[in-house]
Amino acid sequence: MNPKEKPVTDTTSSAMDRAAEVLARKTPLHAAQRIRGLSDRAIAWVFIFPAIALLLAINIFPLIWAIYLSFTNYRANRPNAPVENVGLRNYERVLTDPDIWMAMQTTAHFVFWTIVLQTVIGFTLAYLIDRKFRGHAFWTTIILIPMMLSPAVVGNFWRFLYEPQIGLFAYAVSFVSGLQPSDIRMLGDVNLAPWSIIIVDTWMWTPYVMLICLAGLRSIPDYIYEAAEVDRASNWRQFWTITVPMALPFIMLAVLFRGIENFKMFDMVTLLTGGGPGSTTEVASITLKRQAFESWSTGRSSAFAIILFVAVFGLANIYVKALNKVKQR
Amino acid sequence: MSSNTAHSVVEPSVTSKRVAGVIVVVYALITMVPLAWIFLTSIKSPPDSIAYPPRILFTPTLEGYCNLFTTRTRQTPEYIEALGAPKGTCDEVTRKRNMVIAGPSNFLPRFLNSLIIAFGSTFLAVFLGTLAAYGFSRFKVPLADDLLFFILSTRMMPPIAVAIPIYLMYRELGLSDTAIGMILLYTAVNVSLAVWLLKGFIDEIPREYEEAAMIDGYTRLQAFRKVVLPQATTGIAATSIFCLIFAWNEYAFAALLTSGTAQTAPPFIPTIIGEGGQDWPAVAAGTTIFLIPILLFTILLRKQLLRGITFGAVRK
Repeated sequence: MNPKEKPVTDTTSSAMDRAAEVLARKTPLHAAQRIRGLSDRAIAWVFIFPAIALLLAINIFPLIWAIYLSFTNYRANRPNAPVENVGLRNYERVLTDPDIWMAMQTTAHFVFWTIVLQTVIGFTLAYLIDRKFRGHAFWTTIILIPMMLSPAVVGNFWRFLYEPQIGLFAYAVSFVSGLQPSDIRMLGDVNLAPWSIIIVDTWMWTPYVMLICLAGLRSIPDYIYEAAEVDRASNWRQFWTITVPMALPFIMLAVLFRGIENFKMFDMVTLLTGGGPGSTTEVASITLKRQAFESWSTGRSSAFAIILFVAVFGLANIYVKALNKVKQR
Repeated sequence: MSSNTAHSVVEPSVTSKRVAGVIVVVYALITMVPLAWIFLTSIKSPPDSIAYPPRILFTPTLEGYCNLFTTRTRQTPEYIEALGAPKGTCDEVTRKRNMVIAGPSNFLPRFLNSLIIAFGSTFLAVFLGTLAAYGFSRFKVPLADDLLFFILSTRMMPPIAVAIPIYLMYRELGLSDTAIGMILLYTAVNVSLAVWLLKGFIDEIPREYEEAAMIDGYTRLQAFRKVVLPQATTGIAATSIFCLIFAWNEYAFAALLTSGTAQTAPPFIPTIIGEGGQDWPAVAAGTTIFLIPILLFTILLRKQLLRGITFGAVRK
């Protein structure tokens, strides 16, 4: 009955499969169904096709177009100029462009510190919330609010909070540190600006890491701790030998999602600093936007976009392999 | 639990609970400060909003909201005097600044664009996503894992990288700066989330329900409509809210692909300016109105949040 169980010979296999399928459909239930409606296989395709078609049209077709453009000198602001094939020259220019390497470094700094801060604070919060004090569910919901908000709209308002003379942030820092509030120029100072975007991102996304860590902590069965207690393992030891290793796959998952998101970071940074002062906060997406929509070097920016996509995709794949190894332990 | 003999390992001690509670509450209150400040600024007058030190006590005013919804022109006091009694609160606060209301601002149309585009794309994404998720969940689809991974991977592309060819494509098709174009784009982005989340929800509905219905004489489609869909309501609702939030918050595509008629609120709000720079009370008012729906949704969604943000990878 099941086509998979039929002995398969080399040349006739497809015919055999088809015959087996016909046989399978002869069973009463399937036969009855065929009379009244579409076959399951037809339904499967009718159901799945529209979603795939949309993705092909709006995601994959443009991606292929971008790959094509990346080998040309096309400029979107001069659609009638002759398009020439320039081979790999765009890729060469992107990879040897010091501005792009600066942007990659800025992005790496941003991704690294946001992940470190969010993981440390997020895990600590999750650990504390897991103490299940009274009202913990309510306060968890409160903490979660920032991550649901629009990074662009809220990032824009942070510009006001960061204002050196009138902003609340500068006031709070000067209140604590005794510095003049007009000296706390978070967005205007080349050393502080990279940290200003890290602070806002950490404020917004720590709850995200916290929520995933909390799920990790809650997945650890109680009996493991009970066994450790029987063995008289100290709290400190229990934390490092049970809590952390067992929550690790969850922490790694949170890091993966945050890493991908922040590698692509555009909206919050655009509104907060616009890449400035100078180009100290110009992350990769902002450089890409400038090349594509301000310099209109469409071919070169397409090459850069493809390189970015391959980088995210490649790194994510390697990371997922590592994650699976940790899970299997 | 009692503290002497029957000490449970799993139940933390009273002191550790208290300490944990205090730290978490302090953190929660600190993270709420920027949001509270957005609201407070929205009901401040422009001079109060830029006072030093920052004012916590002030006379609340609707000026920010008035400025958000109107455009104003400066007039001489004599001209304003000659106009007669002000019509409504906004007229009154505007005249105090020696200005008169010239007309409505662009905020309302931009906000409506946000509503149309967010709801339109959410409806489409969830509709297509539910069908595809059911297909993947119940039928043997050749290359199912590859297709599902392909669907997910479309989410990894940086939005600007996607925007370059989309910009060119939309220019050719006449979809630039149209609501339809934005709805299609957001639908495509959201469909990946919808398929992954809904497949998880539908996987949890036992197949036996449909099989029983089909033995009772339902066709596959009837079983899907009358058995599976009602069971998946929670999942569909949660997925819809996630799609809605994404479309509502999205900035990069909106900023690059819309400029006028189809512009949504996120690229518009930062451009609200008054005389001599950004009109912060008006920006705060726009931000407040823009954030309130999301605030409500977050509270509604809190049980499903984890699942949504991890593409269904973590379920409680």
